[in-house]
Amino acid sequence: MNCYQCPDCGYIYNEAKGDAHEGYPSGMKFAGLPEEFVCPDCAVRYKEDFVCIETPQ
Amino acid sequence: MKVYTFDSPDKGQITYRDSKRHLWLASMVYPLVAVSGIGLYMVTGSEWSFLAPLVFIYGVSTLFDAIFGVDTSNPPEELVSQLEEDRYYRWLTYLTIPIHYIVLLTLAIFVGTQSVSMLSVLALAITGGIYSGLGLVTAHELGHKKSRLERNLAKIVQAVPAYGHFCLEHNRGHHRDVATPEDPASSRMGESIYQFVRREIPGAFKRAWKIENDRLERNGKNVWSMDNEILQSYALTAVVQLALIASFGWIMVLFLAVHNFWAWWQLTSANYIEHYGLLRKKEASGRYERCQPYHSWNANHVFSNILLFHLERHSDHHAHPVRRYQCLRDFPELPSLPTGYFGMFVAAYIPPLWYRIMDKRLMALPHVAGNLDNVNVQPGKLDALLARYPRQAEVLDTSFHQTEAAAA
Repeated sequence: MNCYQCPDCGYIYNEAKGDAHEGYPSGMKFAGLPEEFVCPDCAVRYKEDFVCIETPQ
Repeated sequence: MKVYTFDSPDKGQITYRDSKRHLWLASMVYPLVAVSGIGLYMVTGSEWSFLAPLVFIYGVSTLFDAIFGVDTSNPPEELVSQLEEDRYYRWLTYLTIPIHYIVLLTLAIFVGTQSVSMLSVLALAITGGIYSGLGLVTAHELGHKKSRLERNLAKIVQAVPAYGHFCLEHNRGHHRDVATPEDPASSRMGESIYQFVRREIPGAFKRAWKIENDRLERNGKNVWSMDNEILQSYALTAVVQLALIASFGWIMVLFLAVHNFWAWWQLTSANYIEHYGLLRKKEASGRYERCQPYHSWNANHVFSNILLFHLERHSDHHAHPVRRYQCLRDFPELPSLPTGYFGMFVAAYIPPLWYRIMDKRLMALPHVAGNLDNVNVQPGKLDALLARYPRQAEVLDTSFHQTEAAAA
C-alpha cells in the first residue's frame, strides 16, 4: 500500500485508508481513482501531479 | 507586536513583524458598518441615513484606497508556516461569523418592527445583501482550509446569504476550471456583468450539485441525504429565514428576497472582476495549463484588502488555495486593477466604463501581448474585438497593403 501526496497543499491519499469523505474505500488503489480526480483539498493539482511517497509515520 | 524568527543556514536569522496584524480586526468588524445607517437614523430621524453604509462601501473605501495606496510587504517564505500556525488570525475569522448573523438579524428586526418607507426597506435589504455578501468572503477563507472545524464553520456562515453551495462550487469547481471558457465563474472579454450573471448563478449552482452528487454516489448515498453538505447549509438558511418570516410577516419575504439576491450579486461582482478575459492554454494532453499568477486580476490596495481578508491578493490565492489570508503574497508584474474591488464593482456595473478601463489593460498584459488568441473572449464578440485589436499578422498585412498603395 502506497501514499500519494499533492505537491501543492500536502494532502495525502493513503491507499490503506482510502478517503471516506470523498467516497474512496480503504484499500482503493490510487491508480483506481477516476481520471478526473483532483486534489480534494486544493483542487489545483490533477491526478498525474501526485507524488508517490512512503507511508507516513 | 509579535516577532517571528527563523534561523536560516544560508541567510542567518530572519525576523518578521506583521504590520497588518491588528489591522485584520477590520475584516472582522467591517460587516457592522451595515447597521450604521440604523444608528444614524436613530440620531437624525432622517431616512437618508440608511444610505450611509452604501456610501461607505463604494465611496469611502474607494477614496481610502486612493489615499492609502498599495502595500507590497510580504512575509518571508521561511516564516510562512509560523504565520499559518498563529491561531490569532483564524480566531478573527471565527468571530466574524456571529457578526454576519447580528447584521442580518438587526436589519430584519428593524424592518419588521419599525415603520419606514418602502424605499427605505429596499435600501436596508440591499445594504444587508451587500454586507451578507461579505459572509461569502468569510466562508471563502474558512472553506478553503483542511480542518473539519473550519469547513463546518464555512457552512454556517454561507447560510447567511442563502448560498450553501458556495464552498463546494468555489473550491472544487471554480479553482479547477478558472480562466477557461468552461468556468461559469470566470468572465470573458466583451461579456458585460449583466450577461455574466445569467451564466454564473445557474452555472455555479449546477456545478456544485454535480460535484456533491458525484461524491455522495461514490459513498452509495442519495443526493437528498443528510450528508449532502449543500443541504446542510440550506437547512440552516431555511430555519433562520422562515423564523424571520413567521415573526414579521410578508414584509420579510420582500426583504429577504432582495437581501439574498444582492448577496449573490456581490459574489457575481467579485467573480466578474477577478479573472476578466484571462485564459489558460490547453495543452496537448487536453488538460489546461496549470493556473499561473497571471491568470487572476489583483488589487494590492491596503484599505480594501484589510476589509476583505486579503482576497484581492488573488493570484497567490489561486496558486495556493489553502494558504491562510495573513500569508498571501504580492508579486511584481501581476495583472492589476487600478483600484480595490468595491470601486471596480461600480465600474463593472457600467459596462462601457468597464471595457474602457479593462480591455486595454488586458491586451497590454505581457502574456497576452495584444493577441486575442490569448484571451477568453465572449462568443459573438470576437469579430468586433478583432476590428479593434487585429492579430499581429493582420497588422503586418494591412501595413504592407498601405505601403503598396502608397508606392502605387
